Parts: sequence; structure tokens; C-alpha cells
Amino acid sequence: MLAKQLLKKMYKDMVTIRYAEEILVEPITKGEVRCPVHLYSGQEAVAVGVGAVLARKDYVFGNHRSHGHYLVHGGTVRELFAEIYGKESGCAGGRGGSMHICAPESGFLGAAPIVGGTIALATGAALAASIRKDGRIAVSFFGDGATGEGAFYESLNFASLRKLPIIFVCENNLYATHMPLQDCRAANNIVATGKPFCIPSFREDGNDVLKVYELASKAAGLCRSGKGPVLLEFMTYRMRGHVGPDDNIQGCRTDIRPAREVAAWKSKDPICKLEKYLLLKKICSSGELKRIKEAVTRTVKEALKFAISGEYPDPKDLHKYVTKE
Amino acid sequence: MSPKNRILQYSLAINEALHQTMSRDKRVFLIGQGVKSPWYVGNTAKGLLEKYGTERVIDTPVSENGITGAAVGAAIAGMRPVVVHPRMDFMLYALDPIINEAANWYYMTGGKSTVPLVVWGIINRGGEQAAQHSQAIHGIFAHIPGLKVVMPSTPYDAKGLMAAAIQDENPVVFIDDRWLYQSEGHVPTELYTVPIGKGVIRKKGTDITIVAISYMAAESLKAAQELEQAGISAEVLDLRSAKPLDQELIIRSVSKTKRLVVADVGWKTGGLSAEVAALVAEKLGTDLKKPLQRVALPDIPAPSSKTLEAVYYPRSKEIVKAVKKIFQ
Ligand SMILES: Cc1ncc(C[n+]2csc(CCOP(=O)(O)OP(=O)(O)O)c2C)c(N)n1
Ligand SMILES: [Mg+2]
Repeated sequence: MLAKQLLKKMYKDMVTIRYAEEILVEPITKGEVRCPVHLYSGQEAVAVGVGAVLARKDYVFGNHRSHGHYLVHGGTVRELFAEIYGKESGCAGGRGGSMHICAPESGFLGAAPIVGGTIALATGAALAASIRKDGRIAVSFFGDGATGEGAFYESLNFASLRKLPIIFVCENNLYATHMPLQDCRAANNIVATGKPFCIPSFREDGNDVLKVYELASKAAGLCRSGKGPVLLEFMTYRMRGHVGPDDNIQGCRTDIRPAREVAAWKSKDPICKLEKYLLLKKICSSGELKRIKEAVTRTVKEALKFAISGEYPDPKDLHKYVTKE
Repeated sequence: MSPKNRILQYSLAINEALHQTMSRDKRVFLIGQGVKSPWYVGNTAKGLLEKYGTERVIDTPVSENGITGAAVGAAIAGMRPVVVHPRMDFMLYALDPIINEAANWYYMTGGKSTVPLVVWGIINRGGEQAAQHSQAIHGIFAHIPGLKVVMPSTPYDAKGLMAAAIQDENPVVFIDDRWLYQSEGHVPTELYTVPIGKGVIRKKGTDITIVAISYMAAESLKAAQELEQAGISAEVLDLRSAKPLDQELIIRSVSKTKRLVVADVGWKTGGLSAEVAALVAEKLGTDLKKPLQRVALPDIPAPSSKTLEAVYYPRSKEIVKAVKKIFQ
């Protein structure tokens, strides 16, 4: 069994991501938040399980759905919300919004929504680490949809050729916007794409944080001992729409997920799963879980206040950050 | 309403061009991300899938580079593909097939082989979407020999230029703007074309020429109305094509008014507004009564925050300001 401390931390991190995402639902629906937000609810176990095996010095790149990745790798709920609200106090000074969050000081080098783009960037971070032999590893988080881009395969090949210390983490939530996986790939076999590049590749239940952690530890171990890269495919599901809370945006359906499928995955909620385990193994009492949830509730509420009360960037500063003097 | 003065939305005008060209030419097919999702392409693809099926209306995986290359190849092999990129930003993955292959192909084959292809890129900015979901990069394509670039500002031109682009023997980059999708105007029911490379005078005037394109052409008309009240008679020239440029029309108008404002939807440096300014300098030298003014995006990535967005995108107000500066 994993150390109690670690298990509790993972639980708290997962709850933090979930509550942070869910508190945004109302402001998005009301139009208070205008910037496109891709909620991470339902996929928390992947960010948290992988994040738990990384050191602060390691490098992480995200994609368009990266609130969870950001929060696990040193980001704060306050700066996340402030960024989504377009405030100067946001993690990118209100310049990037939800799709461009970063915490480079703690290794989260950045997220960006051009699908597949950051896979190559993460490969480059691993290249930097390998040139410097500094013991860092890199992680690239991307979705099943990103495996449609050539950059994915080019990165796999190059990373394998150079034995780069990178974990390619595919969060397979079965959809890319309005397209189900079977309309995008001839087979549901993302994990198999590592094989021709001689990359150790594994598929796991992405809603079970313990399994995610176990596999990520193994992958990190391989990377740290020069046996990288590694490809991990985690099967998971988003509980919300592609962008925004639901599947209907501006009167358009962005996906066509059957209600039964949605319900089936709802019963596999990764947080409930961990909760059951913690109670069963008597790691936490229900009172303790409740207290964690209450603390997280306070954190996200306070963060929302912080975001709402923050200052917008001064229009005079429009020219800032284009190039560094 | 008689079909003669039927009013249609900009996006539905594109839709009609696609319907009518697909029904009369079996070589035409539509391919790209989101062709079956209004969230991506508005109602521009309405009814196409139902009518022409998945053989000719092909929604694709997220693979801009490969899909666009495939469209180029299909064009070389005798089809007339329309490949859509629901945001121009995503199309940057496809620069290689568009520029290296499609644009150069006719030349590289010594005229033996053409690429009758439409690359349709949608400008989809605003809404706090930030730097990778807002870019207008027509300037890049206008720079490339072998490409034609059209940017309709009215429903009439949207239909006519889409039809012309599909019928053209060369690769044409068709660029529309989500901000224009709801605009309405007269659109004939029959199929017609608008000539590529020809601008149009949207409003006659005597004191100053405003050369504009796409969304900024619409804004220029608003500006011209406001200027009329201030006693300034502005001529509005809608370029419609960024390449070839209607040099003759620009020179004719500016020779008459001897004052010029250029309004573009893209960045200022090295873009369309610079090209128009250079052309006028080349042909008219010091004939202008006052130095010309340009209204364009500042050389800055698109911001997310609303306070920055508000000052980032120029509109009719900025055009009026530029004109008044000339008359100061
Ligand atoms: C190059 C590029 N093409 C298209 C898009 C539009 N887009 C945004 S997210 C997305 C789907 C991504 O699906 P996936 O990688 O599975 O991630 P998920 O949203 O499921 O987390 C697409 C196509 C984009 N952002 N970038
Ligand atoms: Mg997905």
C-alpha cells in the first residue's frame, strides 16, 4: 500500500481539481467567464497519479484541457481562476486565458491548444534534459485526438531514436470534439503506436488513481534509468462537454455521446473510487474526507473571489510581452 | 420576395455556393475538420452531408497537414477539393502542402499539371480565445507566388467568390470571417461567380479612398457614413481579393481622391496594408496630398483579456480616426 500521506494528498489534489472545475460552471453559464474553458472533470486521476511521481524539477507540457495538469504541477487555483477571468493577476497576466496556463517556476512549462503541438515541445524539453544530463524527465499530456497529428509520430520516433527521458501520456477520453474515436482511428489502439518505434507502451484504467500512479512510477523509473521514452494510454472520460459545462454550445451539439455511455462512466467517477478505497483501508475516516472537502471548498471559493476582484490588464500594456527587451 | 432581390446570410451564401457547385460538378468534394458540426463551420455546410453523403463530405481526424496534402493530391489527380480549416490557426500545420506543393506545382511541372484546389480558412477571433485561436494570416498566403487569395465581405461575394474559387484551375485560399457570418445581403438564387482579382467600389466618394478587405470593408462602409456627416466624402474600395490585387482600381481611385487609408484585418508589418501602401507609393509617388494612414492589427499576438481585446481589434471608429487625421 502507498504511504497514507501520499494517498491523502492525491485525494486532496483530485478534489481540488474537481471543485475548481465545477465552481466555474455557473460563471461560464452566466457568461461571466467568456474565454473558452475545457473542463477536466472526470479525468483527475490521470493528472494526479502521474503528477505524484514527478519531482519539482521535472518538465510538464499540457494541452487545451490542462487545468488539472497545471494545478498538480505547482499552479494555484487563484492564479488559474484569475487567468480565466482575464485578470492581470492570472498565471499568464490575462494574456492567455484558460488554454494558455503555465507555471514554469515549478516545471509546468506551459499548455497550448494547438492539438499535438506541445507533444513536440515536451520532446524538446526532454532533449534539453538529456543534453544536460540533469536527471530531469519530461511529460507530455495530450488527448486521443492529438494522435491524428503527424507531430505525435515524429516525436515518438525522435524521442526513441535519442532515448529521451519523456513519458507520452495520452488521455483517451474517446472523443475529439464532436468526433468519436472510431471516426478518427481505424482501431482503438493508441497504445500500439509506440511499438514500431520500440517504445515501451502501456494502457491502463485512467479513472483509478492507484493504477495510474503505479504505471507512472514504472514509466518514470524507465525514463530516469535511460530506458525512456515511454508511452502511456489512460482510458478515461470527460464528465462535461468538450468546451464549457455541457455538450451543447451555442445551440450546437459538439459531441454525440450516448446517455448510457455517459451514465456508465459516471459510475466510474475516479474520486468516488479513491474515496471508497480510503474508507475501506481505513486510511481516512468519513469525517476526515469531509474536512478535506470543506477545506478545498474554502480554497476554491476564496480563489474565485480573488479572481473576480482582481484588476484587468491596463489597455496601455497591450504592447507588453511581445518580445523581451 | 422575388428571387431577384432575395436576402441571404453570409454563411448561407457560402452554403449555397457549395450546394450548387457540388450538384453540377461531381469532382467537387468538401473535406476538413468539423464539416458535420455547426460548432466548427456555422451553417456553411448545412445539408451537404445529407445530400452528398460521406463520400463527398468528409469530416476528418485532427490531421491538418496530412488532410490538406491529400486534398492537394486529389486535385492533382483530377478532383476539385474544398478543404476547410475552421480556424486559420489550425491551418498553419498545412503550410507545407499549401505553399511548397500546391502553390509551386504548376510551375514545377512546367505547366503540365494544375492544382484546382480551394483551401478555405475561417478567421475566428475575439471571445477571449487568445493567440492560437484568433489569427488572420492572409498576408502569408498573399506573399506566395502561385496562390490566389480571396476574402469576401458581403454575402453576394461570399457565394460568388466561393464558386469562382472552385472553378479556378489554381489553388485558391478562400478566407471568411465568423464576424461576418450573420450579415445579410442580396444574393441571386442562381449560380454565378465574382471575378478573382477584382475589387469593387462599395461607395463612391471624392475626398479620400479607403481601401479595405473582409470585415474591415464592412467597417469602412460604416466609417464612410459617419464621415459623410462630418462633411468628408470617402470612397470605399473593397479589395475582395488579397491576391491578385486589383492594382488598377486602387490607382484609379487614389489618383482621384489623392488621399488614402488602408484598413486590413491582419497585422500591420509585412502584410496586406503594407502591400497596398507600397503599390501606391510605387505608382503615385508624391501625388498624395497627405501621407497615407493604415488601420491594421498592432504587431501583437491576440490577447485573451477583454480589456486588451477591446483595444486590439480596430473597427470603424479607428478608420474614422485615421481619416480625420489626414484631414487635420
Ligand atoms: C491543430 C488544431 N486543430 C484543431 C483544433 C480544434 N480542437 C480543439 S480540441 C480538439 C480535440 C482534441 O481532442 P483530444 O486530443 O482527444 O482532447 P480532448 O478534448 O478530448 O481532451 C480539436 C480538434 C485545435 N485546437 N488545434
Ligand atoms: Mg479526447
